[in-house]
Amino acid sequence: MGNVACAEGAIAGGCEFAAGYPITPASEIGHTLAKRLPEVDGYFLQTEDEISAICAAIGASWTGKRVFVPTSGPGISLMLENIGFAVGIETPCVLVNVQRGGPTTGAPSMGLQGDMVQPRRGSHGEYEIVALCPSSPQEMFDHTAQAFNLAERYRTPVFVMADAFIGHMREEVTIPEADEIEITYRKIPEEGTDLSKIKVFLDEDVAPMPIFGRGFKSHVTSSCHDEHGNRNLIDPTALDNFIQRLRNKILKHRDEIVQVESDYDGCELVLVAYGAVARCAKEAVRVARSKGMPVGYLRVITAWPFPDREVRDLSERVKKILVLENNAGQYYPYVRASAAERAEVAFLPPEILGQVHRLEYVVEKIEEMIQ
Amino acid sequence: MSSVQHPLRKYLRPSVEATTFCPGCGDGTVLQCILRAIDELGMIMDDFVFVSGIGCAAWIISPNFNADVLHTTHGRPIAFATGIKLSLPEKKVMVVSGDGDLTAIGGNHLIHAARRNIEMVVICANNGIYGMTGGQVAPTTPREARTITTPHGSLENTFDISPMVQAAGATYVARWTTHQPRQLTKSIKKAIQKKGFAFVEVISQCPVQFGAKTGAGGAVEMLEMYRERSISVKKAGEMSPQEIEDKIVTGEFVDTVKPELCEEVARLKKKVRGKG
Repeated sequence: MGNVACAEGAIAGGCEFAAGYPITPASEIGHTLAKRLPEVDGYFLQTEDEISAICAAIGASWTGKRVFVPTSGPGISLMLENIGFAVGIETPCVLVNVQRGGPTTGAPSMGLQGDMVQPRRGSHGEYEIVALCPSSPQEMFDHTAQAFNLAERYRTPVFVMADAFIGHMREEVTIPEADEIEITYRKIPEEGTDLSKIKVFLDEDVAPMPIFGRGFKSHVTSSCHDEHGNRNLIDPTALDNFIQRLRNKILKHRDEIVQVESDYDGCELVLVAYGAVARCAKEAVRVARSKGMPVGYLRVITAWPFPDREVRDLSERVKKILVLENNAGQYYPYVRASAAERAEVAFLPPEILGQVHRLEYVVEKIEEMIQ
Repeated sequence: MSSVQHPLRKYLRPSVEATTFCPGCGDGTVLQCILRAIDELGMIMDDFVFVSGIGCAAWIISPNFNADVLHTTHGRPIAFATGIKLSLPEKKVMVVSGDGDLTAIGGNHLIHAARRNIEMVVICANNGIYGMTGGQVAPTTPREARTITTPHGSLENTFDISPMVQAAGATYVARWTTHQPRQLTKSIKKAIQKKGFAFVEVISQCPVQFGAKTGAGGAVEMLEMYRERSISVKKAGEMSPQEIEDKIVTGEFVDTVKPELCEEVARLKKKVRGKG
């Protein structure tokens, strides 16, 4: 099951502490971690609410632990303030959102790609985020393990944006041997370092993290601060520095972060999709090609930071782009903006929201656009 | 400049030159009692991780204490402290915050941390009002008191924090006023040494907001009022609920032993890994 693969991916990624609150359709991740983490000297804490889960995980991360917070959309809604806190004080942490039907309590067991912009814009203020979109149980494992390395490397929250389909999907998953999995560790200042002498925050090339318990006497505040953690609430240039350095820490390294999978050489029309819907898009491309149609695909693996360069390149090389999402069009405006009139960009939701697109329905749409 | 330094100055961050507290604020007393307790126990700041929330009392430790300090979001310091303590069980974790932070927006975390009996010290400076944001009514404001958001008087009942935390399962609970710094310091020392969830409530004067808005007066009047109205837990037990209505019940509410969460987690890990 995708959710079990996700939990195993977390352990393979070195997870040492996880916290969560029961929620459909993500609960199996917590169930698996509660059993498995103590076996590897870790612990899963079931908290009193989702707010407590993200806070406990951030606290644990500041002691040097690799931390994980599995949940679904309503849980993320409760966590958003403190996800912004994690961004502001540069805390490595991995979150998975097994998206369900919303708005509000919605339809817990149904899959919808309804929260795609939430990690990017959900918390208040200006910030950048990293989010991956698994398309299979195997990728629930791979992306979750990889998310830990991204979080540690860039001292930032990283999202795995699954949905109920992927979370509850049963498919073969290959778990590599432990020595085949690359583990990236965060930088930590050398013992005895005077924090007034080095940058420990707001470095675009990622400052070492002055974790607790090592005698650094770290002052950690999410209020506007300088490179040493000193609060500054009165100088607009300090705020500008605070915002821009945090954003650039991600944007400057976007080439190392952004991944897409594409196959569209010589194509007239390209389908853009991610997550569960990308499975249907790729199959529709295969069927359309067998009928002789010049159709390709671009699968978004990293939703955020937005693969702007990849979409711009695409728009320069093809006439038409069709964005498929199991929602009312959340990622589509970003694709259209990046294509910037260089190609015609259309959007195709499923016939019924909450269902992945029917193959014949997509092939018909392709035929209609090619003619 | 005098070369004489306050004996507790060594515990403060060298860059700190002034306090952010208003004149007459009780938070300075709380700050000094915490540092005295640490000093008298012969501990050092590296033995601790301090966590605070949002509000005036959160500034008691941030940025003042020269230690690992996490200044968190409103209401959540105990939730952050839970993750820190579970991951650094060998360190003392101390949360210092106000009544609004810990019992209104953060009330859920307070009762659940007490229930879990996770070892940490929580010091709640209770001034009965939201000071930093301009004197709004709090869950701890006396009924009928006039505040900026209850200009006609508060209609709501008041939280009796310490008995609530005791009922939630804390293994050490004490309440003092800023008029009792010696007793307060002694309680903080006991709380630091407690293997369990230890809660110390400090009734603390806010002359600028509470005093001015409710008519309680200045710092001196409020401290005199604390002295006049304070009665011991033992004496309160001999009085009727009506008789103690206007009193401040001070002293130790509970000092007991229960399984502590971090020790239980360590035991669980040993058992699961076949070493227990």
